[in-house]
Amino acid sequence: MKSKRPAIPYLGWMLVFTIVPLLMVIYFAFTNDQGQFSLEPFKNASVYSEVFLYSLGIALISTVICLVLAYPLAYSISRCSERAQSMIIMFLMVPMWMNFLLRIYAWVLILQNYGPLDMILNLFGVDVTLIGNSGAVIVGMVYEFLPFMILPLHAVMSKIDPSLIEAAQDLGCSGFHVFSKVIFPLSVPGIISGVTMVFVPTASTFLVAQYLGGTQFMIGDVIERVFQSDHNTGSAIAVVLMIVILGFLVVMNRFGDKEAVNG
Amino acid sequence: MKKRVSIFLVLLMLIGMLSLSVCTAFAETDGEGEEDTAPDGAFQGEVNVYNWGEYVDPGDDGGIDVIKEFEDTYHIKVNYTNFETNEELYNVLTNSNSTYDVIFPSDYMVSRLREEGMLAKIDFSNIPNYKYIDERFKNMAYDPDNEYSVPYSWNFVAIGYNTDMIKEGSVTGFKDLWDQKYKDDGILMFNNSRDAMAIAMQLCDPPIDPGAKSFTREDIDRATDKLIEQKSVLKKYVMDQVFAEMEGNQSGICTYYAGDIYTMMLNNEKLDYCLPEEGSNLFNDAMCIPATCKNKENAELFINFMCEPRIAAANSEYITYGTPNTGALDLIDEDMLESELINPPQEYLDKCYTFSNIDDDIYGYMQKRFVEACSASAEVSTVEKKATNPAAVWAVGVILILIIISTLVIIILDIRKAVKNRGRINKL
Repeated sequence: MKSKRPAIPYLGWMLVFTIVPLLMVIYFAFTNDQGQFSLEPFKNASVYSEVFLYSLGIALISTVICLVLAYPLAYSISRCSERAQSMIIMFLMVPMWMNFLLRIYAWVLILQNYGPLDMILNLFGVDVTLIGNSGAVIVGMVYEFLPFMILPLHAVMSKIDPSLIEAAQDLGCSGFHVFSKVIFPLSVPGIISGVTMVFVPTASTFLVAQYLGGTQFMIGDVIERVFQSDHNTGSAIAVVLMIVILGFLVVMNRFGDKEAVNG
Repeated sequence: MKKRVSIFLVLLMLIGMLSLSVCTAFAETDGEGEEDTAPDGAFQGEVNVYNWGEYVDPGDDGGIDVIKEFEDTYHIKVNYTNFETNEELYNVLTNSNSTYDVIFPSDYMVSRLREEGMLAKIDFSNIPNYKYIDERFKNMAYDPDNEYSVPYSWNFVAIGYNTDMIKEGSVTGFKDLWDQKYKDDGILMFNNSRDAMAIAMQLCDPPIDPGAKSFTREDIDRATDKLIEQKSVLKKYVMDQVFAEMEGNQSGICTYYAGDIYTMMLNNEKLDYCLPEEGSNLFNDAMCIPATCKNKENAELFINFMCEPRIAAANSEYITYGTPNTGALDLIDEDMLESELINPPQEYLDKCYTFSNIDDDIYGYMQKRFVEACSASAEVSTVEKKATNPAAVWAVGVILILIIISTLVIIILDIRKAVKNRGRINKL
């Protein structure tokens, strides 16, 4: 039996600053402003369903785009020499050293009317508004969270033993089959953690939408605003969001286990 | 009422804290230093100031570093903190243990704090500079006997627009913020329930007086419908982003505080303004001393210092809001004073209203409905004018149920597997 003592400081921290606030949020969500048990907050929260779906939709689309972009990239990085790998990973991390807000603001400058992108498109006779819509929000989200997808994918893929691939090739696998029978199943844990690390924050962040989006709020924004004036309803929305994310994680993990076993 | 948290203030505070610790070290070695011989920067007391962000001249661009000058003159340390809304100020005063000596609430909040006994009476014999305050700003409704407050600044809400996109003079009032023809230029609206609702109320049919002592829920519902109606033409709800949007020619028309529109116009020549024909919110921020204050004399010293014409002028020029200080008027940049955005004509002022203190309950409802208006999707709003979309409610419900069921199924499967495995191990 391994000693659990070294974990005590963190457990204490988690108890005080995570578990207790969580219980308070749940308590608020199921009581009315007089402190009695009530489902009223959830009824009030239902007004924000549309924002909720919109946020989940944006999160889902951003996650899929991140995955599609990151997967091939992570694979080709993992095939490089070790030195090259650490160099490339470092370059991927460089933008993250900058402040989150500054990076978003840079996107505002790029996408804005009469901004560089708008000017170039105008030269070709394309006249579109690039900012203030869901597309701009998705672009911002993908940009912000792409590294969170690449890193876990790369971590898993770089551990795939090249001899497994060689063995598959020796046994007559085509390129496609090497991918579908060897590489993909082995990379599933990376996909799972990458998707989790992108989906969860994109579903709840609101800064990106505030700067790049139009009038449409994100659910994180709504929670913040509602909570200020009405703790109960704000908590109810937060609880619904937590359930969705938690359910998402459970399903994803399950899916991952199965793939790993069957693959 | 500017909100941008300036890096400068943080720096100032950091430096202040550093120097404070250095100074306390000094003071300890010095023992009881006499006032006159105290080393530069050694403080004999402190005053805790709670103010709007960017509401005191920091001394850039040839202004006066007001806080530093006060500290140097009186050897009193200023602990300066910011709040963003009157309601935040109220919450901090009622719920937190921190005590403040000078606060800067707006008119309706002064009356609320006064009525709830949260303000201390100011000893005006300690504030000789009160003589500079314009009679126009004395005996205001929020402090009828001039006992609790000293007016600091005043301004009102106006409209700014870009003459490159919108013909000069064609904007006349708030109704233009609802106009389809400006949709492509970009319409910006207050991202703040009290200001946004007030404008919507003025446009309701029949109009609701935004300065009324209280509102019914129906009033607020009607204003909310009006805001939802605006969503189909609106570009964005903004507060501080308005500067970047207007100065960078990103949006065509906005409503904001007049003094800030004046600042925008200085930075972008293409901008012009309009005093809304409907009239707008006239506000007045004042300096008060909370009843819980610990350094009342220092607080009065600070208020008196802020009323010094030279200081009042510097602050007014920095925040580009009007000053109630008659002594300061001669010292302020003439161009600024001549602007209608700083000194609107009397006929316009007559059309303006001031906010009254409304019930917590109604204010909460107002905030709630404003968030709902912001969350309503623009497509639905034009057809149904309703915030709730039943299809969306059902969709969320179904998603939730699916997730809960699948989670339960997975957990049950896992448990069964575990039980089976244990059985197998036991058999072995």
